[in-house]
This record gives sequence, C-alpha cells and structure tokens, in this order.
Amino acid sequence: MPEKGPKPEDLLRVEHNKLPEKDWLEPDVDFKAKHGNYCYPSKPKMLEYLGMPNPRQWRPADDDWKLPPDWQEIIYKGMQERLDRFRSFKLFMDICVRCGACADKCHFFIGSGDPKNMPVMRAELLRSVYRRQHTTAGKVLGKFAGARDLTEDVLKEWFYYFYQCTECRRCSVFCPYGIDTAEITMMGRELLNLVGVNINWVMEPVANCYRTGNHLGIQPHTFKDNIEFAADDLADITGVKVEVPINKKGAEILFVTPSADYFGSPHYYTFLGYMALFHEIGLDYTMSAFASEGGNFGLFTSHEMMKRLNAKIYAEAKRLGVKWILGGECGHMWRVLHQYMDTMNGPADFLEEPVSPLTGTRFENATSTKMVHISEFTADLLREGKIKLDPSRNDHFRVTYHDSCNPARAMGLFEEPRYLLRSSCNNFFEMPESTIRERTFCCGSGSGLGTDENLEARLRGGMPRANAVQYVHEKHGVNLLTCMCAIDKATLPPLMEYWVPGVEVAGVHELVGNALVMKGEGERTTDLRGTPLLTKEEVTANV
Amino acid sequence: MAKMLYPFLIVVALALVGYAGGSLPALQVVFGIIIPYIAMAAFVAGFAYRMLGWVRSPVPFRITTTAGQQRSLPWIKANNLEAPANKLGVLGRMALEVLLFRSLFRNTSAGLRGKRLLFGEEKLLWAGGLLFHYSFLVIILRHTRFFLDPVPFFVPWLQAVDGFFQVGVPAMYITTATILVALLFLFARRVVMPQIRYISLPADYFPLFLILGIGTTGVLMRHFFRVDIEAVKELALSLVVLQPRIPANVGPLFFAHLALVSSLLVYFPLSKLMHMGGIFLSPTRNLTNDNRRRRHVNPWNYPVPTHSYAEWQEEFKEKLEMAGIPLDEDLDHKPEMAAARGGHA
Repeated sequence: MPEKGPKPEDLLRVEHNKLPEKDWLEPDVDFKAKHGNYCYPSKPKMLEYLGMPNPRQWRPADDDWKLPPDWQEIIYKGMQERLDRFRSFKLFMDICVRCGACADKCHFFIGSGDPKNMPVMRAELLRSVYRRQHTTAGKVLGKFAGARDLTEDVLKEWFYYFYQCTECRRCSVFCPYGIDTAEITMMGRELLNLVGVNINWVMEPVANCYRTGNHLGIQPHTFKDNIEFAADDLADITGVKVEVPINKKGAEILFVTPSADYFGSPHYYTFLGYMALFHEIGLDYTMSAFASEGGNFGLFTSHEMMKRLNAKIYAEAKRLGVKWILGGECGHMWRVLHQYMDTMNGPADFLEEPVSPLTGTRFENATSTKMVHISEFTADLLREGKIKLDPSRNDHFRVTYHDSCNPARAMGLFEEPRYLLRSSCNNFFEMPESTIRERTFCCGSGSGLGTDENLEARLRGGMPRANAVQYVHEKHGVNLLTCMCAIDKATLPPLMEYWVPGVEVAGVHELVGNALVMKGEGERTTDLRGTPLLTKEEVTANV
Repeated sequence: MAKMLYPFLIVVALALVGYAGGSLPALQVVFGIIIPYIAMAAFVAGFAYRMLGWVRSPVPFRITTTAGQQRSLPWIKANNLEAPANKLGVLGRMALEVLLFRSLFRNTSAGLRGKRLLFGEEKLLWAGGLLFHYSFLVIILRHTRFFLDPVPFFVPWLQAVDGFFQVGVPAMYITTATILVALLFLFARRVVMPQIRYISLPADYFPLFLILGIGTTGVLMRHFFRVDIEAVKELALSLVVLQPRIPANVGPLFFAHLALVSSLLVYFPLSKLMHMGGIFLSPTRNLTNDNRRRRHVNPWNYPVPTHSYAEWQEEFKEKLEMAGIPLDEDLDHKPEMAAARGGHA
C-alpha cells in the first residue's frame, strides 16, 4: 500500500452534498491535480499490433493530446453509427428524467463525492454532446437545453470519467427506466478509441490476448510449466498427483478460465481447487494453450474487439472436437460468455448440449451457448452426491461472499456459489443486504482499471465494498472474503489491506478444493495456500 | 436560478397568451380550434416518430439486467420476475415496472456516518412519482366526460370515488390535491437536494411548471372563477367530432388552460417526457435472461479480423514442440475472419 498516500480516515472525509457552484456543462478536469485517479495511456505498439487508430506517445496531463486533425468528425460519425446500431444507446440518450435515483448508487460517487461520478452525470457528459448534434432543442437553445459543443476539454472529461466507471451496472438495477451506465461507458470508450484515447491497462492485455491467447501474454511453454508446477504443488498438499491435459483433441470438455488463475495469487489456489475436483471426478477434459484466457478486455474496448478476442473459444472447441465448454470463475468473462458470445461468434452448432458426464444432468440453461459455469457444474455434482466435502477443513476461515458484479447483474448467479460455500465451510456470514446479490458493490477496479497509477480512485471506489466487509469482520470475525471474479481476486487483497486489514481473499473453488475429500489422499495438514489447518483442540476452543 | 426562472416565465407567458387570445373573440378560433388541433397532431405524430426512431435501431445483444436468481438447475429456486427466463416473466417484470415503478421502489440512500457507510430506505421519490402519475391518469380519465358522449361508464364511478370527501362545492377531487402536492414535492426536491439541483436542467423544471400551470388553471376554473361548463363541453365535443365551433361564454380562463395543455402536447414528444413510451423499449428490462438457452441474433453482426489457431501455432511452433504440446497438422494458414454466422451482415 502507498506509504505516503492518503490515510483511510482522510479518504473517508467525503462530502456528498457540497456541490460545486460551477455549472456541470463547463468541463473541468485538472489532470495534474487528479493524479492517482486516472490510468496512463496505451503504449503505441499495442495499438499498432491491433490495427487501432492514432498510436502515439501522449500523457493526460499534457495540453496537446495529439488527436487526429478531424477528430470531431470522427466522433460525430462514430456516434451516429452507434445510435443506428444500438437501441440501448439511442434510448438511454433520450429518456432519462434526471430523477437522481442513481446518484448514490455508484461506488465511485460514494467514495469520491465527485458529482460527475453520479451515473446520471456520467451519461450527461455524453448526452450534452448528443443533444447538440441530434436534437432540435440542443441545436437551437444550446446550453439552456443542456447541450454543449464537443471541445477538447469535453473529450478530456470523457476520458477521465469513462475510465472511472467499472461498468458494474449497479445503477441500472435502481433506474426506473433501466438505463445502464455500463452501456453508456462502453459507447463512450468506443468513441474515445476511435481517436486513440485509451489506457494501457486495457490495451496491453488486449494486445497480449490477441497474440498469445491470454491477457498476461503467457506463451504455450510457460502455460504448460505453470500448470505442471501447480500439479506438483497440489500433490505436495494432498498427496494426489493429477494430470492436466493440454490441447488434447477429442476430450469431452474444454475448460476455459482466466489466465490469472494459473499465474496470479490468490487465483492460483482456486486453480488448485479445480484441478483437484476434475481429477477426483475423473473428468475427461482439456485446457487449451491457445484459448488460454476466459477474460476479455475487449469488453472494455469495443464490441468489435470483444468479438475479435472471444472468437478463439468456439474456434478452439471446434478444432479440439470437444462436446461442450466449461468456464472457470470470473466476472466480466461471464458477462461476455452469457450475453455476447453466442450472438457474436455462434451458433455453436458443432458442439453438443451440455450434459454432466457424472450425474447425467442436462444443463438446460446452456443448451444454445454450450458453455456451463463451474459453480453450476459443481453445485450439481454436490447435490447429486458425486463429491464429498469436509467443511471442517475450512474451520480456520470465517467466510463472507462478495457477489461479483457481472455474474450478479448480468447472469443472476446468486445461489450456486452460496450453496457451494455453505457446504464447504462451517462459518459463513452474509454482508448487509444493501451490499450483496443484485445490490452488490464493485471492487472498484473492474473494467480494466485495476492498476497502480489510479490507486486513489480504486481505494475510493472500493470503499463501499470494503466497508461492508469491515462490518462482518467486526461483527462476526470474518477473515476471508470469497468471490468469483479474477479482477476481484487481484484487486480486493490490496483493498482489504488498506481498509480492513486481516481479511484475505479467495475464490469459491479454493474452499471447495480445501474441503474436497479425495480418493487416495494423505491427511491434509494445510489448506491449498499452505496455511496449517486447525487442530481438533483449536476447533473446540473456537466454539 | 435562471434554470428555474426562465421555464417559469415561459409557462406564465403561455398562460397569459392563451388568456388574452381567449378574451378576443377574433382569436378564439385560433386558440380554441387551430392550436389544439395542431398540438394534438404534433403529439400523435411526434410520439409515433420518436417511438419509430427508437425501434429503427436494432437490439444487437440481449443485455438484461438481472436482479434475481437465474433459472439454472431445477432445484434452485429461480426468480422469474427479476431475472425472467421466459416471455411471461418479462411481461410480469414490465408490468411491475410500468404500473408500480418496481426499480424505483428499490431506492435506498447511502451516507457516511463516521467511518460507517449506512443505507436507509428511501421511498419518498417512489411515492411522489407514483402519486403524480396516477393522479394525472385519473384526471385525464375524468376529463373524458368532456370529450365523449355518452360519457364512458367508469367516469361517474371515478368521479364519485375521487370526490369522496365532499369538500367544498363543487366537491374538490382528491387527485386535484394529490397531483399538486406531488408536483410540488418533485419540484422541491430539485431545489432542496443539492445533488438533484446540480443535475437539473431547465428541461426538468419546465414540464413541472407546465403541468402545475395546467392544474392551477383547472382548479381556478372549477373552484374560483367558474366557467360555463356546458359551453366547454360543447367546444370539446365539437373538436372531437371534427365539427369545431366556438360557443359563446367559454371564458378566457379556459383558453389559458387549453393553451397550456396544447403546449404540453407539443412539448411532450420533444422532451424527456417520452420516457412514457421509452420504458417499454428498455433493453435491460424487456428482454429475457435466457441468453445461453436461446441464441439472440444481431442483425449487423459483421465479420472481424481474428488471430487464428493456425497463425498462433505458426508463431509459437518451436515453443510448442519444446514443451511437447501436440501440433495440429493440415491447418489452413490464411488469416481468419470470425464470420457473421446467423446474421445477414
């Protein structure tokens, strides 16, 4: 954590009701003063590799952003195209009544008090230009109709605020018209990308993913090394040696998961959980060194880029001749798989309707897309008695669950992970109602914002989530925050360290893996992280 | 301040112009017949134009916002209203949204108390909004007694219920009071709540003042400066049957009322008031959450460049061999475009 950065008590001094006198129509971002709240621009080589416009060196704090000479024309044309293609965009530009119900639903507004972080304002930044271009009132009355010209300062404001929204969709749950700020931000970012205004923390993973198959740029030999390393680790802990097939043709199932699972921590322990599970049930599956990423930072770039990166999943499933696809724990990955993949790169008529080879359960909710969420798959195994869990192996944890934004608000995946958690541990506690399920608060770092240079914005944006964790930490002694999102797993640990020291972060299948009783296993003395398990005496003492 | 003042002055001016026009017999035809006809035509055409404008843009992706458990495994209880798995669920969800403002009912307030972030129930906006919309609806239905002959069966019933308290002569309707209270509340929160004041535009104050003006002129006519109600009905009916004529004794106050109503009709399709039609088209609410069960087709799904397995294998061939990952023979090495399968683009 930042040694000289703001202290928690400083960040908590937020004024929500002290609004600037200045009219919001005047763009007003001082990038020098806002250091710590925005991300650095894309390196030119990333854009060059992807064939994206206007690669160059620039800095947000510079006066000259080196935009193309006809940048306004490009944006106007891009806006028209998107209005014609997306009813969501057109409708959301028109029907907001500015009732303000969304205002204090945004974690960034709650954490920063910056009025332009109110979802309604984020959209108005775009709407004001839309009105000027596309509505009579805006053309004639200008400012009086809430319309303004697209100036460089307006564009800079777009950059600042569209990269300070994590597309978490919490506001869309509360909006009486279902206006979805994720949709607005996605359009805003698409437009910015047309003139080469983007951030490296999104574009580098995109370029990596396009080339190597995964965001982290892991090449096939390292991919294999990492997995073998993990298998050795698992053998040390459980005494069971597992095999993970790679690029195996004719396997029944292709398993796709975010690359952080086999590279990052604490994701890695969840990955160990998957490996243990698949081995224990004797699953005929393969991983792919090509489709080695379930996540898709294309979602944070443009619809086109999302499709470009997503295409490899079906292509690889077809090449390997599998029957269906199983997907690991991830947030935005599942938004893409659930709401976009089949439409963009389907129909997957070369695959079969997913059936669990162990229980015979047909996953009827995935008959078209042919991709099943790991928590659906495992919940079915558990329900049908195909796996045995010993929850006491998680007795050193007092657990709560953070609903990751996209599985919550773009899938409705609430009960499957809870069923798994309640079966895997003995101490489970929910956070307050206003902060879980469809009302869950973002980690504050989603949609490609999980980097260091915008740490202040992340800590502020993550405050509502952390605050709810703190509540159960103090009330129930919760020491483990579980979640089902790779970005959560990467960004919640520093958030906890800052706001709620003493709480660790884990995936759901890490707890499943801890509790999983395996054939031929030795006695477990540690969990998958290598932390010693509680002895019988300690358990008794705790009760 | 100008954001409030100008809309207010415009509404006052519109009422005065109507009043003046109604006071001059020569202009009564303009304000009693021509303008209302134009306004009605503008409303109908404008409303249809806006709806068609939205409908012309396709819905490329099924982007339902889920606020409840999906339908997945049979033993997990699904919430078909908050994450509708079928059309029936969508119908229910939309009905709740349109008739009861479901999403707004969820409203909470969030605030920091010390180091604790607290949430409170915040139903006032929901209640005020619902009160306004239903009062307006009842008032419009009540008004059909002026336009329709015979008067629809439900109108006397509605009048009886609405006038239940029998306050004053003629009885004051409950909805007269509730719509005014609701409008004043909706106005007050824009003035008093700093966040809402910050986001409010003249286009937010104008319709509030306009409808307040309509209500006020209506109240004045009914309770203070009585107009000849028979004459008003005669005019209204003549407009409906397309044989317009201006009876004597209508009174200028009615023309002020009519001018404001005409303004509302013209303004409606040009403004945020179109949320009335738009709500039905909102893709996060009116779509099913059965994305993986039933494929959604994007009409403009165009091909995009991708990095194919063949290219990937070519680039990493040595490393694949070194790692002992099986190579795929007989691959087509041309760059691939992810085809637009299923779409017509």
